Amino acid sequence: MTSTAGYNFAYLDENTKRMIRRALLKAVAIPGHQVPFGSREMPLPYGWGTGGIQVTASIIGPNDTLKVIDQGADDTTNAVSIRRFFARVAGVATTERTREASIIQTRHRIPETPLREGQILVYQVPMPEPLFRLEPRVTETKRMHALADYGLMHVKLYEDIARHGHIAISYNYPVMVNGRYLMAPSPIPAFDNPKMDRMPALQLFGAGREKRIYAVPPYTPVRSLDFEDHPFVPIRADAACALCGSRESYLDEVVTDDRGGRIFVCSDTDYCRERQAARRRDAAE
Amino acid sequence: MTEAPLLEASGLSLRFGAVPALDDVSLAIWPGEVVAIVGESGSGKTTLLRVLSGLLRPDAGQVTYRDPEGAALPVHDMGEAALRRLMRTDWGFVHQNPRDGLRMGVSAGGNVGERLMAVGARHYGSIRAEALAWLERVEIDPARIDDLPRTFSGGMQQRLQIARTLVTRPRLVFMDEPTGGLDVSVQARLLDLIRALVADLGLAVLLVTHDIAAARLLAHRLLVMRHGQVVEQGLTDRVLDDPQHEYTQLLVASVLAA
Amino acid sequence: MNWAIRTEGLAKSFTLHLQGGARIPVLQGVELAVAPGECVALSGPSGAGKSTLMRCLYGNYGAGAGRILLQHHGVEIDLAKADPRLVREVRHETLGYVSQFLRVIPRVPTLDIVAEPLVARGMAREVARERAAALLARLNLPAPLHALPPATFSGGEQQRVNLARGFAPGYPVLLLDEPTASLDAGNRAVVISLIEEAKAAGAAIIGIFHDAEVRDRVADRLFELHPLQGAA
Repeated sequence: MTSTAGYNFAYLDENTKRMIRRALLKAVAIPGHQVPFGSREMPLPYGWGTGGIQVTASIIGPNDTLKVIDQGADDTTNAVSIRRFFARVAGVATTERTREASIIQTRHRIPETPLREGQILVYQVPMPEPLFRLEPRVTETKRMHALADYGLMHVKLYEDIARHGHIAISYNYPVMVNGRYLMAPSPIPAFDNPKMDRMPALQLFGAGREKRIYAVPPYTPVRSLDFEDHPFVPIRADAACALCGSRESYLDEVVTDDRGGRIFVCSDTDYCRERQAARRRDAAE
Repeated sequence: MTEAPLLEASGLSLRFGAVPALDDVSLAIWPGEVVAIVGESGSGKTTLLRVLSGLLRPDAGQVTYRDPEGAALPVHDMGEAALRRLMRTDWGFVHQNPRDGLRMGVSAGGNVGERLMAVGARHYGSIRAEALAWLERVEIDPARIDDLPRTFSGGMQQRLQIARTLVTRPRLVFMDEPTGGLDVSVQARLLDLIRALVADLGLAVLLVTHDIAAARLLAHRLLVMRHGQVVEQGLTDRVLDDPQHEYTQLLVASVLAA
Repeated sequence: MNWAIRTEGLAKSFTLHLQGGARIPVLQGVELAVAPGECVALSGPSGAGKSTLMRCLYGNYGAGAGRILLQHHGVEIDLAKADPRLVREVRHETLGYVSQFLRVIPRVPTLDIVAEPLVARGMAREVARERAAALLARLNLPAPLHALPPATFSGGEQQRVNLARGFAPGYPVLLLDEPTASLDAGNRAVVISLIEEAKAAGAAIIGIFHDAEVRDRVADRLFELHPLQGAA
């Protein structure tokens, strides 16, 4: 595959890539800390993954293999569009197989298949500030991060327990990175949070509209906030995948008819497909 | 008498343009002592409180705080991180308007528990139990622990602010007109509560007020301010019963007796 | 020590700035010494400065000149020059004052008003309350009143609360300003015995007694004060 003529490799000019890589280096040096960067105009609107695309564009090379998923699926519109974009402007190999990818750009899920050293997970982030809803003033949140003054976040969790009996955050569940910075993991389900803890792969986060980059280097401790007597528990639907039978993966609920019929299927399409193939092989033997 | 003062200030001066808000003010406060700073509007008393608590930097002079280990810390040079930590633990600040000292969108229990959580408390049950105990102590019905402060009366909000401030057992509490704007009967109740808490907890309190009767009730020592200067200071009953300075005599003579 | 409290050249005048700086001298060259176990009655006409002297001795009024010497924890101190914290300590431990008027603190029950000085000296609250209750009973203040704040009490009842508060701790030096002013004969007798017991325990007492009978019973001698000539 050749890249489309008239565009620099991976769309961004080299100076922009250099600027973003510098921001990425800073981010990796201070796990969980939000680094501002000069977010560029991209050929798709804010809210569609411009931050993730800029990060990917800055780190991708001709020998990389790229996987793009949207809510765990390789075949939704956004995943397809972004994958095709990079195929056109970078000419890189693309794949739907988690195991074969060197870079995985994701919207709102972490793949079920555990990642290895050498892989990079790029998250698309709408709102990088974990305290946004609690403290709208940026001057204040900056100070809170600088002074590690996170009492307000715990107050929110306390309020949840007082009001609902449990912490009522099901996605974008706040985490403490390396015991120092409070971080928004992006709107991945709370179920995925444990995967972030000491992950062997590099995790990079890009927020295009808010112009922030942050990172979690490999093997960094990432801890979901909780109380000693209300510990964090990853939640998934209590069902098996209708296609592959998995009782461990995160499930999407799919409505099948207008009489209330529904099934649960794995959100991670690659994982599900792999399990289905394995089951067929086992059945054939 | 050999005990060192908790907070010591010397030579404090501050001008707002041409107006001298503070003019060479010095004072000290010892552990367990209640010191009232009285004066009329524009006397500089609130400015003094803000300078002493590190919220405002003076043009001249220094403020030194002695921490529990006995180390003398310069309040205006300790760095923002250290000052904020101090404000959350050893110190407390009760604002005149409780809305300035409370999170109005957070329940009463959350307001009281916040300082505990900010210093690392991570057990929901204990935090809630401590919040309940404090609500009772400031005479707020414990059943209202999950209610928002905007549903409270002014007096209740002020008592909630006090509970929120005292939960980490500070050694020094700054109070800015804590009874301002409250009904008289509510004021009496609040003053009595403050008096009892000070005695029980051995707090040192720096109290700014224009209410001489409140000062007489609560304070061991009194500082009278006028135009940024301390015109008279001493034992509360001595200053109020035997005022020496002309302005103090005027102030005392102006107090209406019930 | 043959004195528990004494003054040397004590003088006090008031400068009324609101009346054009009018200066009113009240005390001049007061030399008073009171021994432990002795009761001295201040005497003299109205305006002679009896209450003023008493308030100076308590540190309520600042001394204009002279010294007010006191044995405090075995050390001689000059109350006229003592800083506020020392004065407070002296008032906790050594020097008691029963004034004519009870300053009423809202909402605090009578029993706690009387017990407070004991608690301030380190006594356990329950023990302090028991001691307070016993003294109030002796002064014929009935038990149902102990739990009430004294704001609505009669003058005589308030005075008895004041007396209980002043006598309970057993101060080495006690100042009494008109201790029997609003009391009936029965309670006057109780006060007399309280004073006699305090003297027997070694307290030095200075009192202003308008009631001649009480004065004659308890005072060992009189200390005369005369009004000074008018304003300067």
